[in-house]
Amino acid sequence: MNGQRTFFYQVGTFAVGNRLLDPAMRAGQADPDRANALTSGHRACQGCGEALGARYVLDAAMRATGGKLVVVNATGCLEVFSTPYPETSWRVPWLHSLFGNAPAVAAGAAATLRAQGRDDVRVIGQGGDGGTVDIGFGCLSGMFERNDDVLFVCYDNEAYMNTGVQRSGATPPAARTATTPVVGDRSGNRFGQGKDLPVIAMAHRIPYVATATVADLRDLEAKVAHAMSLHGARYLHVLVPCPLGWGTASGDTVRVARLAVESGLFPVFEAEHGEVTAVRPIRRRVPVADYLRLQTRYRHLFTPTRCDDVLDAIGAVAEDNIRRYGLIEHRDVEHREVSP
Amino acid sequence: MRSQIEGSRAVAEAVALCRPQVIPAYPISPQTHIVEALSERVASGALHPCVFINAESEFGAMSLAIGACATGGRSYTATASQGLLFMAEALYNAAGLGLPIVMTVANRAIGAPINIWNDHSDAMSQRDSGWVQLYAESNQEAVDLHVLAFRLAEELSLPVMVCMDGFVLTHAVEPVDLPDQAGVDAFLPPFRPRQVLDPVAPVSIGAMVGPEAFTEVRYLAHVRQLEVLDRLPDLAGELAALTGRRISAVTPYRCDDADTVVVALGSVLGTLKDTVDELRDEGLPVGVVGVTAFRPFPVRAVAAALAGARRVVVLERALAAGVGGIVTADVRAARPGVACRTVVAGLGGRPVTRASLRAMLLDAVADRLEPLTFLDLNREVVDRELARAAATRRSGPAAENILHDLAGGGR
Ligand SMILES: Cc1ncc(C[n+]2csc(CCOP(=O)(O)OP(=O)(O)O)c2C)c(N)n1
Ligand code: SF4
Ligand SMILES: [Mg+2]
Repeated sequence: MNGQRTFFYQVGTFAVGNRLLDPAMRAGQADPDRANALTSGHRACQGCGEALGARYVLDAAMRATGGKLVVVNATGCLEVFSTPYPETSWRVPWLHSLFGNAPAVAAGAAATLRAQGRDDVRVIGQGGDGGTVDIGFGCLSGMFERNDDVLFVCYDNEAYMNTGVQRSGATPPAARTATTPVVGDRSGNRFGQGKDLPVIAMAHRIPYVATATVADLRDLEAKVAHAMSLHGARYLHVLVPCPLGWGTASGDTVRVARLAVESGLFPVFEAEHGEVTAVRPIRRRVPVADYLRLQTRYRHLFTPTRCDDVLDAIGAVAEDNIRRYGLIEHRDVEHREVSP
Repeated sequence: MRSQIEGSRAVAEAVALCRPQVIPAYPISPQTHIVEALSERVASGALHPCVFINAESEFGAMSLAIGACATGGRSYTATASQGLLFMAEALYNAAGLGLPIVMTVANRAIGAPINIWNDHSDAMSQRDSGWVQLYAESNQEAVDLHVLAFRLAEELSLPVMVCMDGFVLTHAVEPVDLPDQAGVDAFLPPFRPRQVLDPVAPVSIGAMVGPEAFTEVRYLAHVRQLEVLDRLPDLAGELAALTGRRISAVTPYRCDDADTVVVALGSVLGTLKDTVDELRDEGLPVGVVGVTAFRPFPVRAVAAALAGARRVVVLERALAAGVGGIVTADVRAARPGVACRTVVAGLGGRPVTRASLRAMLLDAVADRLEPLTFLDLNREVVDRELARAAATRRSGPAAENILHDLAGGGR
């Protein structure tokens, strides 16, 4: 780095351009020889956070495993947009079986690799939030409990997108979906206790649980690399905005993901064996309304009249996350150096 | 080696001889003894390097088998009844993906009302799932069928269910002859699928196939099933060289010159044959046709076995509510124009006795058999409930309704 000090605030977005970084620190995607595990030509919507997240996750995993990777996919957008027969966008060994069984299918693949003494080949299971927190939950919990040698990645876009944006167990309060419509003064999804899958995964005391978003792809890659250095059941929960389902501009995917973090609504952390080991602090806290306003699924909170009570209730959720994970303890973070 | 052994244990031994690499399992009676015995063998190292996995559900167990098999591992599991239904979505998927998984179904009724005893409702409900279905008459046949199943499955890229009657076979201790390891190894080569999940040659499996190719894929699934019937005699011959016993898709018994023939599957064939022997001694021209391969359905072999029959009775161990028989439809298609009666018998473990079969056969021979008969049905009970229901149409569970009325409950 020629001794030059680089500050995050210099680049406004908080993302550090690869050009400024030491090669060893550059994003995997900056490597011209990256795996392109999910290559171009697929049919995701423009700005699809899931396509972005999956490409980073799998390329990072390919790098970490020296290309010895097998992937099992649940039914959902990621599966449908990537493999319209006879085409495929996958450049990894890839299997789609069903909507609710990806964790078990992945564990079965790992079992064969073990039986055949090929444990150097590693297994990733992946699916959407519906395939993970709802219909695939039994298989996932079983996989965790047995500590099968699988990294399971949930691409959380907070609804059943592939079938037309219906509510899932991961849909946040007040969000409008096709099955939580805004009718009269009924405001989208109900407020409930939620289904916090990263925390549920932690309760299984598995070796590694982490959350990430497509706003901080370097962090996402690092977490995948760390996950692949470990064995046993591992879980990665990635927030992936969906322009179609959230009603966001295609060009805003990364921005929206960042605001989810900076508002405190999506805590980014790591945990090992059930204990939180690291937290990504909020660098510049924003009101939840800044995040929500960009998404038409929350439009009813702003027009025709602003629903301050609902916004306050959502703000309380963010506040609770910030308190629970200590998300704004490190206030000096804006001036933290990047250079080694 | 011949030994006095429980059916489940014998099957476990046979499966072990086939060198499975992954065995995911979930408990349900009457299948549990099989996977318990296998878990013991894995734990002791006798089956090394096989991996035994305690699944969190039958859906999970079949899904684990799917992943294991798609990665190139020989995979086996066992289930019954509710467990088979819980797997249903994964069963179709395994067949569609051409994964040669072998599974024992310890046949058991399906609830409600919950019932752990034997009939064929479970396997019959999955007859169109794309799995090959082989029904064992005895524990010896169950053992032989398992060894055959792996070879058949892997050659034709189809999953195979070996169906054996729960309790009646699984829990019966009988002399069973097990082939030796060298013989099974010679019969069953290592599993080498054409496409597996392997970083050396990445493939995408399980794509979304649209209207332009779906029919072709389904057609090929049908043809592949039919190929089982062509391949079975050769493989059965090879296996016979090892065991001295020959399996066939259809087995006629005393059918020469028989004008009344009963078609059946599974362990009830034993009682049926005894009954037929008895009636033959009395000079009645009756015979039995045992169907071992129900899927694919051996139309030609069934037609040939029934060629001389004037009356056919299909003894069903399951019920298609609203129609009656299940096997009947296929038998009728094999022998159109011949009078074909359905007898539903032995539901939920009700014993199918020689006395009842004898009476039924005498009725059949005298053309007194209704198109659909429920063997040993307690008319008094059902008539009372039917009368009550006719008087007041209100919904309610049948078993509990009967109790309610016995207790003098109101309408
Ligand atoms: C057993 C079963 N139930 C329902 C469906 C229909 N289905 C397919 S994809 C999907 C939604 C997927 O949602 P999610 O897992 O969140 O992934 P996304 O499409 O949002 O990425 C649904 C409901 C199915 N394929 N299988
Ligand atoms: S609907 Fe959403 S998740 Fe699906 S492809 Fe489009 S942007 Fe991606
Ligand atoms: Mg989703």
